[in-house]
Amino acid sequence: MLRQVSNIVATDGLAVEAVDLVKDFGETRAVDGVSLAVPPGSIYGLLGPNGAGKTTTLRMLMGIIDPSSGTRRILGHDRPLEAAGEIGYLPEERGLYPSMHARDAIAFMGALRGVPLAEGRRRADQLLEQHNLGEWARKPIRSLSKGMAQTVQLLGSLVHRPRLIVLDEPFSGLDAINQGRLEDMIRRQAADGVTVLFSTHVIAHAERLCERIAIIASGKVVFDGSVAEARGRLRPIVRLRTRASDGPWRSAIPASARREGEEWVFELPEGGPEPLLKALIDGGAGIETLAIERPGLHDAFVAIAGNQAAAAMGTVEPAQ
Amino acid sequence: MTRFIRSAFVIARRDFSATVLSKAFIFFLLGPLFPLILGGVFGGIGAKVASQTEQPVVAVVSSQGDYDRMSAARERIAETIPDPMLVKINHYAPEGDLAAQQKKLLASREPPVRAVLTGGLDHPHLTGSVTEDSQAVGQLRLILSDARSSAAAPPDIPVTETAQSSGSLVKDRALTAQIGQMLLFFLTLLLSGMVMSQLIEEKSNKIIEVIAAAVPIDSMFVGKLFAMLAASLAGIVVWISAGALLIQFISSGGIRSLPEPAIGWPGFLALGVVYFAMNYLLLGSIFLTIGAQASSVREVQTLSMPATFAQVIVFGFASTAVGQPNSTEALVAAVFPLSSPMVMLARAAQQPDWWPHLAALAWQALWVGLILNWGAKMFRKTVLKSGPRAKRRWWRRAASTSAEVVGQGV
Repeated sequence: MLRQVSNIVATDGLAVEAVDLVKDFGETRAVDGVSLAVPPGSIYGLLGPNGAGKTTTLRMLMGIIDPSSGTRRILGHDRPLEAAGEIGYLPEERGLYPSMHARDAIAFMGALRGVPLAEGRRRADQLLEQHNLGEWARKPIRSLSKGMAQTVQLLGSLVHRPRLIVLDEPFSGLDAINQGRLEDMIRRQAADGVTVLFSTHVIAHAERLCERIAIIASGKVVFDGSVAEARGRLRPIVRLRTRASDGPWRSAIPASARREGEEWVFELPEGGPEPLLKALIDGGAGIETLAIERPGLHDAFVAIAGNQAAAAMGTVEPAQ
Repeated sequence: MTRFIRSAFVIARRDFSATVLSKAFIFFLLGPLFPLILGGVFGGIGAKVASQTEQPVVAVVSSQGDYDRMSAARERIAETIPDPMLVKINHYAPEGDLAAQQKKLLASREPPVRAVLTGGLDHPHLTGSVTEDSQAVGQLRLILSDARSSAAAPPDIPVTETAQSSGSLVKDRALTAQIGQMLLFFLTLLLSGMVMSQLIEEKSNKIIEVIAAAVPIDSMFVGKLFAMLAASLAGIVVWISAGALLIQFISSGGIRSLPEPAIGWPGFLALGVVYFAMNYLLLGSIFLTIGAQASSVREVQTLSMPATFAQVIVFGFASTAVGQPNSTEALVAAVFPLSSPMVMLARAAQQPDWWPHLAALAWQALWVGLILNWGAKMFRKTVLKSGPRAKRRWWRRAASTSAEVVGQGV
C-alpha cells in the first residue's frame, strides 16, 4: 500500500518515518518541517552542514526531545522509547562513565535496552574480542584512547542486537583506519538486515555507504532520494579537446560551455552523446579527447543545497 | 510500568554501585564523626572558657573563726547550687593597714580577687568591682546569713526513689524527639549536597543522551533518587550499629539506659527509617531538580547555600513539635509536607498512638508522588529542553501583540 508522506511516497513497514517534524528552541526554529522515510534494511544518510538540524532531527526520532509539531514513527511505534530495545543509538557527543570498565560500560548500555547484565557482559567480552579490544575489557574507560572509547560506545549501541542503528556523525574523531572499519561494520549490519540511519557532513562517506540520502539545509529537507537520483539532478559533464580552434562544430556545443585550459567543459546536451559526436565530427572539430563524466554526490550536493551549505561543509569556497 | 521500574532499577543499580564501591564512600560513612569531633573540640573550648568565667574570688579579711563559719555555710549552699556557680572565698588575716591590704588584694592576680570583704560577720563591708544587685553579692548575703545562724542543721527529708516520674518521662521523651529530629535534619542536610550534584557526572560526560534515548527520563530521575536513598540507608545501618555499639561500651546501662520513646524502640527505629526515606524523597526530589539546572560543580556549590538555609528554616518550623506535639504549631508543621516527617518522628517519641503515623505516611506518600512527578517533568523540560512550550504570561503576550501591531504599521 502506497501512502503520501508529505512530498515523499512511502510504504507501510518503514523503519523510520517522520512527517513534517518541527522543533523550536525559544524563538529559533532548528528543524522546519522535516519528513523522512527510511526503508527497512537500508543504509540511509542525513547529509548537511553543521547546524543544519541533523542532530535535532535524530534526537526527535530517538524520543530524546519531543517535536514542537509533526509526527514520527520508529519501527512501527509512535513513541520511540517503546522501540528502545530494538534501536542502537550513538549520539554526536560521545559519553561514557570514566571509571566504568569497558565491558561494564557496554553491558550497562545493553541493560538500558533490556539485556540482563550478565548476558550483556558476556556479549561485551565477545564484541571487544572481535574488535581487537579484548585486553581492554577490564580496564576503566579513562585509560582508553579516544578512538577506543568511541569504539566501546559504538559496541554499546550494538550489544542488544538492534534492528535499527542510528549514528550521529559516527566518523568524527576517528582516524582513517577506524573510519574504514566503521564503514565495514555498517555494511555488515546492513547485510544482516539491520537498518542504518546516520548523519554526516562528509559527503564521501554518504557516497560510499548510502543507498538513500536526505540533504538537510537550514532545518529543511532539500532532497530525499537515492544517491543516483541526487546525481541525476545534474547532467553529465563533457570534457572536449579538439585540434581545430574554430569551425562549424562550435555550434554543436552549448553557449554556456567554458574553457578549462585546453578543454571545453559543458553539460551533455539533451540529445545525448551520439548527436553531439556526429555534429563534432561533421563540423570538423578534430576530436583529440572526449570524456563524459557522471557528476559526483558532491556536485549534486552543491547544486541541491547551494554554495553556502557546501561551504559550511568545507567542500567548496563560498559564493561571492 | 514494568519497563519504568526496570529502567529506574538499571540506573539505580549503576549509581548505587558507583557510590558504595567508591573510596569516597568511606568518607561518607565517616561523615557523622566530624560533628562529634567538632562537638568535642568546641565542648572542650567551651569548658575552658566556662572555667575562666567562673564566679569571682572574694578575699575575706577576718578572724579565722568568722571565716570558718562562712566557709562551712558556703559548703552547705554548694550542695544545692553547683560549686562553679557559687562565689569563691579566700581567707586573709587582717594586717595593720587595712586600706593598704585592700588595695594590695584587689591588685592581686593570683588569685584574681574581684572584691574584699571586711568587718567579719557582724559588720560586713564589701569593696571591689561589684554592684549591690550582682549575683556575687546576693550569694555573699546568703553565705553570711547562713553563717550567722549556723547552729541549726537542715531538716532531714527521707527520699523514696522511683525509676521514672511523669515529669522525667516527658523530659526524656522530648529529648529523644529532639535528637531524632536533629539526626533526620543532619542526615538530609548531608545528602542534599550530594543529591544536587547527582547529574553533573552525566551532563559533563554527555552520557545523559545515551540514557535519555534508551529509558524514560522520569525513570532516570527516580533511579538516581532511589540509588542515593539506598546508599544513605546503607550508611544509616552502619551508623546506627556503630552508635549502638558505642553506647553499649561507654554507657553503664548500655542501650537499655536510653530513654524509651513513647511508641517503643522498635517502632521508633522503624518509623525513623521510613520518615527519613520520606524526608529524603520530598527534599531530594526538589534538590535533584534544582541541581539538574546546574551545568558545573561551581553552579551546584552556589545553589547549595540557599538550599541549606531552606532546610534550616524547615527544621526550625518542625522543632516546634518538640515538647508540645499537640500544639497548633506542631499540627500545622505536621501537615506541611516538607516538615511533616521530622514533626512526626518527634511525635513518635512523645505520643504512643500509631494511627497519626499511618495518616501522615499516606499524606507524605501523596506529596512524594506529586513532587516526584513535578520534578521529573521539570527535569525533562529543563535538562533536555523538551516538552510543551511554556504558556506566555499575559504581559508578554500583550507586549508582543503591540510589537506586531507596530510592525504592521511600519
